[in-house]
Amino acid sequence: MALSDDDVRRVAELVRIGLDESEVKPLGEELSRIFSWIEALREVDVEDVAPMTSVVEMQLRERDDAVTEGDCRDRILGNAPAADEGHFVVPRVIE
Amino acid sequence: MPSDLHRLGVAEATARLAAGDCSAVELVEACIAAQEAAAGLNAVVTDTAEQARTAARHADQRRQRNEARPLEGIPVAVKDIFCTRGVATTAGSRILDGFVPAYESTVGAKLWDAGAILLGKTNMDEFAMGSSNETSRWGPVRNPWSPADGPALVPGGSSGGSAAIVAARAVPAALGTDTGGSIRQPASFCGVVGLKPTYGRCSRWGIIAFASSLDQAGPLTRSVADAALILQHIAGFDPKDSTSADLPVPDLHSALQGDVKGLRVGIPAEYRLDTLPVAVGDLWERGIAWFRAAGAELSDVSLPHTRYALPAYYIVAPAEASANLARYDGVRFGRRSTGEDPDDLYTRTRREGFGEEVRRRIMIGGYVLSEGYYDAYYLRAQQVRTRIAEDFQAAFREVDVLLTPTAPSSAFPQGAKTDDPLAMYVNDIFTVPASLAGLPAISIPAGLDDERLPLGLQLIGRAFDEATLLQAAAALEAAVGTVPSPAGSA
Repeated sequence: MALSDDDVRRVAELVRIGLDESEVKPLGEELSRIFSWIEALREVDVEDVAPMTSVVEMQLRERDDAVTEGDCRDRILGNAPAADEGHFVVPRVIE
Repeated sequence: MPSDLHRLGVAEATARLAAGDCSAVELVEACIAAQEAAAGLNAVVTDTAEQARTAARHADQRRQRNEARPLEGIPVAVKDIFCTRGVATTAGSRILDGFVPAYESTVGAKLWDAGAILLGKTNMDEFAMGSSNETSRWGPVRNPWSPADGPALVPGGSSGGSAAIVAARAVPAALGTDTGGSIRQPASFCGVVGLKPTYGRCSRWGIIAFASSLDQAGPLTRSVADAALILQHIAGFDPKDSTSADLPVPDLHSALQGDVKGLRVGIPAEYRLDTLPVAVGDLWERGIAWFRAAGAELSDVSLPHTRYALPAYYIVAPAEASANLARYDGVRFGRRSTGEDPDDLYTRTRREGFGEEVRRRIMIGGYVLSEGYYDAYYLRAQQVRTRIAEDFQAAFREVDVLLTPTAPSSAFPQGAKTDDPLAMYVNDIFTVPASLAGLPAISIPAGLDDERLPLGLQLIGRAFDEATLLQAAAALEAAVGTVPSPAGSA
C-alpha cells in the first residue's frame, strides 16, 4: 500500500497539521512502509466476525440529564491563551 | 542524619509510620533528597516538593489525632498524563505548555483521599506515544541501570519517568498509564513491578486521553504487595467514566496469601519467536520451572492471532488518538501559534505543538478513518481485535493465567531505534495483545541478562480477575528472590 503525495497532503489537511512541501515525500514513504506492514491484517478471516465495540462486556449507562458540576467558567477560561469578557478569543472569521 | 527511608516500599513505610518509627515529614524529606540526587535521570518534569512538605505535616497531624487514613503520608509520583489540580500537566507535549488543570483525575483524587502525597510529575513519551521515553518534549529519561562507563539506556516507555524514579529508590510508588504496554515494558526495562488492571477497573476521568478503548491507569512499585495496595485504592466505579466497570473491587491483600498449588498456568506457543534473545527465552523457561516447582499445572496454549495484534493496534490506537487529539486547537488551553484565520491558527499550532511521532500517528489515524478507507482498515482491525479477544477467551477456559516475557529485549541505548518507527513498535509485541483484549497483566522483575540489565516476566489474567493474577505474581516474585538495585539508585 503506497500513499501518493496527494494522499499525504489531503490527510495533513484533514487532521490540520501544517506540512512543508519538502516533507511530503519522505513522510509518504514512511507511512507507506507502516501501511505495508499493516497489510498483514488482510490474511485474517473476518467473515461474519463482529467488530469489537466494547472492550469488556458492559451496558452503557444512562444518567439524568442534569448539571452535576458547573459554575466554573472562569476556571476554564483561566487556561485559555486568549479570553475576553467570558469568551475564548479567536482570529477574525468574518471580514 | 543520613536516612534510608526513601528505600522503603509502600507497605513497609506504612508500617513504620503506624508504629511511630518515622514521621511523614521524614519520609517525604528522604524522598525529596533522593529525587534531587537522581535529577540526572530527568525522570521528574515538575517538582512538587513544597506542597508535599505541607501535605506531610498535615499527615503527621492527622496521625497524632488518630485520624490516619490507609496510605497516610506515603509519597507517590504521578505520570504527567494525570491532570493534577493546580499543578502543570503537559503529557510530555509542547502543545500543553502553560496548562494547569482546574481539576484532579479520579484515580489521583482517590489516592490523595486515602492519605497519599503527590511527589513529582514524571516524564513520559509525548501523549504516551512511544516505547523509550524519547518522544518527550522534556528530553529523554536515563535508565538508572545504565552502566557508568557506557551509553545512556532508555527506561522504556511511555511511563519511563515513573519506572525510573521507582527503580532509583526515590519514591515508593508511581502511577503510570498503559495503552499497549506503557506500564509493563518500562517496568521490565527498569526492574520494577508494573500492573495494568482490567480495562474499566480504574477510572480514566482526568487522564489525558490517547486511545480511549485501550488506556488504563496502574501502579509501578518495587513489590507485588505494593502494587496490590495501590490498586486497591485507585480501583472502583466512577460515574464520570462511561466505561468504568460497576463491579466490587476484591480484597487484593488477602489474594496475595496462599499458594499456587493447582493453579493452571498457560504458555502461549505463538510467543516463542525465533528472534527472541537467548537470555529472554532462558528466563521464560526459568519462570516455567519456578511455577512447576511451586505446584502449578503448566500447559501449552495457542493464541493463533497473536501476530496480528501489533498491526491491529497500529490502526486502532492512532485512529482513536487522531480523534482524541483533535481537541488541541490552540483556542481553549495550552500553546497557541499566531494564525491569520482560525484554520491557519489550528494548523500552525498543531504543527508546532506536536512532536514528530505524535504527528505521524495522527496522520495514520486520520488516513484510516478517512472516507473510503474506514472499512478496509479500522473496521477490519476491530474485527481482528475480536478474534484476538476470542483467542484469550478460549485459552482461559483451559488455564487461569498466562506466563510470557514482558518485552523482547532488555533496555537499549538512547537513539538506537529513533530512526525506525517499526523497530520501536516491536517493543510492545508481548504486551499489546492483552491490551487489545482489555485483560489485566503485570510485569515482575525476574532476573538480569548477560549485561546485568533487568528483564521482566509478564502474567496475563482473566478480565476483572486481578486477585488470581496478583496471587500468581506474588508466587513468581517469591521464587525470583531478591532483585538487586540499580547502580544509579539513591
